[in-house]
Amino acid sequence: MNLLTKALTKSLWVFHLSTGSCNNCDIEILDCLTPRYDVERFGIVLAGSIKHADVLLVTGIGTRKNAKRIQKLYQQMPKPGFVVAIGACSCSGGIFRDGYPMAGPISSLIPVDVWIPGCPPKPEAIIAGLVSLLGKLK
Amino acid sequence: MIFLLWLLVSLVVFFGLGIITGWLERKLTARLQWRVGPPWWQNLADFVKLLGKEVVVPETATSFFSLAPVIGLAAVTTAGAMILLAAFQPGSSVDLIVLIYILVLPSLSLILAGASSGNPLASVGVARELKLMLGYELPFILALLVPVVKAGTTNLGVLFRLQLAQGMTVGSISGLLAFGVALLTIQGKIGGVPFDVSEAETEIASGLLIEYSGLLLGIFKLTRWMLTAVAVFFLVFYFWAGLSRVPSAIGKYLLIVILLVLIKNTNPRLRIDQAMKFFWGWLTGISVTAILFAYLGW
Repeated sequence: MNLLTKALTKSLWVFHLSTGSCNNCDIEILDCLTPRYDVERFGIVLAGSIKHADVLLVTGIGTRKNAKRIQKLYQQMPKPGFVVAIGACSCSGGIFRDGYPMAGPISSLIPVDVWIPGCPPKPEAIIAGLVSLLGKLK
Repeated sequence: MIFLLWLLVSLVVFFGLGIITGWLERKLTARLQWRVGPPWWQNLADFVKLLGKEVVVPETATSFFSLAPVIGLAAVTTAGAMILLAAFQPGSSVDLIVLIYILVLPSLSLILAGASSGNPLASVGVARELKLMLGYELPFILALLVPVVKAGTTNLGVLFRLQLAQGMTVGSISGLLAFGVALLTIQGKIGGVPFDVSEAETEIASGLLIEYSGLLLGIFKLTRWMLTAVAVFFLVFYFWAGLSRVPSAIGKYLLIVILLVLIKNTNPRLRIDQAMKFFWGWLTGISVTAILFAYLGW
């Protein structure tokens, strides 16, 4: 593992994208930044712009309205960049899989590196997912 | 040739100091929020990571897009070299007025960056940063005039050394007021939280820097950390007799960083009009009073 990859594993900047989620996963993501879990210990912070990000964190089913925008954001992310799908909706469509606005799941729109299922996933599950992403990097 | 050497020294010294100061900000913020916070090499890891990322240049960007970060970094390095030269080489002829000019350049490079990236959110950031700059420069320069009024010279080396003989500037009423004003304007200069309207991550998505990625973003981040280090270093030497003893200078440096972090963590972001009122109203008033006091010899 060279120096750049090592630095990347120590400093993941995350861009949070909600594509028609019910806001439950989004709250659990913010939980990870609170004092109890504090992912900044591992250098993980939320980025304000996709151009700053290393990880695209997607929640929600990926609605028809959002589908193009998800792909655009993925193309705008500077490489090496990774995609994490959070929640049952973004992994498989969840209870909305037969709904009329469904364009996803996310993996049919953009390549996904890590799936974190759950409705919503616990902060522990999200951290476990990030650890598996780091393992993939190594 | 000798100044080139000082530039190299400045780059090395303030690179290290900037990385550590940047980490200190994050760590102290984390501790204040009852979190653990990142390890000490976190900012170095961030910088190295950004070196290896792809640089995305928008189609609408002008040629200043990749030039702007270099201007900022060069300006900060030069300012650092001037302060080091004034502090550690007796008889040097470094002038305060030139330093004030050079300390404007990092903000100007940010404005140039935002304006050249062709992003609407960045242009909002540019407008805000321009107004903010007009706001804080006035009280900043007025506050720096207080020791000049007392000493009757703008030679930086003389101003640093005079405090060894006459006692530190913050020891007097006028000096204390000027120091307070300078501290708050420095917070504006480095884009610290009550005055971070031009970046405002949650509002205009990093504003000025929204289109930047990879190496160019890394240079901007580094410039910001180094600017913090240079500004605090300058405050220590200019107002607080930093030359007297090395351990006490380190203590003063840490104290000012802690003060800046406390201001950052106990204030919400101001709107641009509130920031302007604060700079042109309160701070300008206080710094004019401080100059009057300095004329009276207080």
